Amino acid sequence: MAENNLDPIKQFEVHEVIAFEAFGLDLAFTNASFFMVLTTFLTIVLFTVALTGRAMIPNRSQSVAELAYGFVADMIRSTAGSDGLRFFPLVFSLFIFILVANLLGMFPYFPAPGWHSYTVTSQIIVTAALAMLVWLTVVLYGLFTHGLKFLKIFFPSGIPWPLYFIVTPIEIISFASRPVSHSVRLFANLLAGHILLKVFAGFVVMLAAGLGTAGYLVGVLPFAMTLGLTALEFLVAFLQAYVFAILTCIYLSDALHPGH
Amino acid sequence: MTLSPESEGAYGADAAHAASGVFPPFDPTYYASSLFWLTISFVVLYIALDRFILPKIKTTIEDRRDRIADDLDAAAQAKAEAEAAGQAYEQSLADARAKAHGIAADTRAALDKELAKESAEVEAELAEKQAAAEVSIREAKEKAFAEVRTIASSATVAAVEALAGLEVAEADAGKAVDKAMKGA
Repeated sequence: MAENNLDPIKQFEVHEVIAFEAFGLDLAFTNASFFMVLTTFLTIVLFTVALTGRAMIPNRSQSVAELAYGFVADMIRSTAGSDGLRFFPLVFSLFIFILVANLLGMFPYFPAPGWHSYTVTSQIIVTAALAMLVWLTVVLYGLFTHGLKFLKIFFPSGIPWPLYFIVTPIEIISFASRPVSHSVRLFANLLAGHILLKVFAGFVVMLAAGLGTAGYLVGVLPFAMTLGLTALEFLVAFLQAYVFAILTCIYLSDALHPGH
Repeated sequence: MTLSPESEGAYGADAAHAASGVFPPFDPTYYASSLFWLTISFVVLYIALDRFILPKIKTTIEDRRDRIADDLDAAAQAKAEAEAAGQAYEQSLADARAKAHGIAADTRAALDKELAKESAEVEAELAEKQAAAEVSIREAKEKAFAEVRTIASSATVAAVEALAGLEVAEADAGKAVDKAMKGA
């Protein structure tokens, strides 16, 4: 039993909480679903609280809300230009959803089904869905606004024409593989980080269980490591949300200005 | 030794169902469920942010920007007004100073003129008095001379009579006196 509890992979297991079937599919409400809904709920509640009685001179929570707004707006302006701001709600939603989901995953224990937290973004299906959302937005928006001119993204301007035989296939492959790299980057970072945390935290328990008092003393080392990794994971939680959002901006920039 | 509460959770029995031996992130059992709930969560979040939250933040930031711009404009205007008032003050100060200088110069000129006039008058009066005094002195001198001649001729008559026993006319004596006085 103890070994099973120390399994670093167990934290990623999805469990059914409330059975639910529709369209012949098993759409059960799971612990992962709980954290998705919680992410949305918490984000809306926090922003609503931050914006009640909003004042000319903002209080702390209002400052944070405005800071997040300015941060994402600047990100879009610097990568996709000012006309990229039409995608502001999408980029902001992606950024804040991933950020809050990542941070919720940092709780070791949580008042949730199973009493442990679940990192939604450590599920490949979730990151893949978000990455496909971005990719399809780019393709559809690009084709609808620019028509065939959108294909210019595969023919970068300013190179001698024979090079197109090499560059164009590369561009097509890189464009097609975007959703893969986009989703795997987020998924793998969160997954690896959480496995590492659990492994080092598990060392503490194993040492204490196996060596008794000496184990407690030696256990200080992996405990310190866990502490450091936790800090690192907080950084990763923010950084990966930022990376996902900024890549979204860069990809959207293609849809806005193909041929650049 | 219970280390993680998940073994005791309400769904402890489900653990067997989930732990099918596949690496959990690649276990497709709940893929449909995850996509379904992700769609709901993300769409709700998107709508809430797009319709309610982001416009609120936007108006707040814009209101503040407008307010700051307005305040800066008002401050610039107040500054310009203050500068204008300062210039007007300096101007009026300069005017007053120039006016005061003018008044002082005029007064000085008027005083100088009056002074010159008065001193001229006094000098003229003095010259007149001097002339009058000179005239009276000359008259007195002439009168005195005339009296001296009369006395001298009388004395001559008396002296000649007493010394020589000669009677001399007063007129002759007078002539002699005149002669003597001229010779003297």
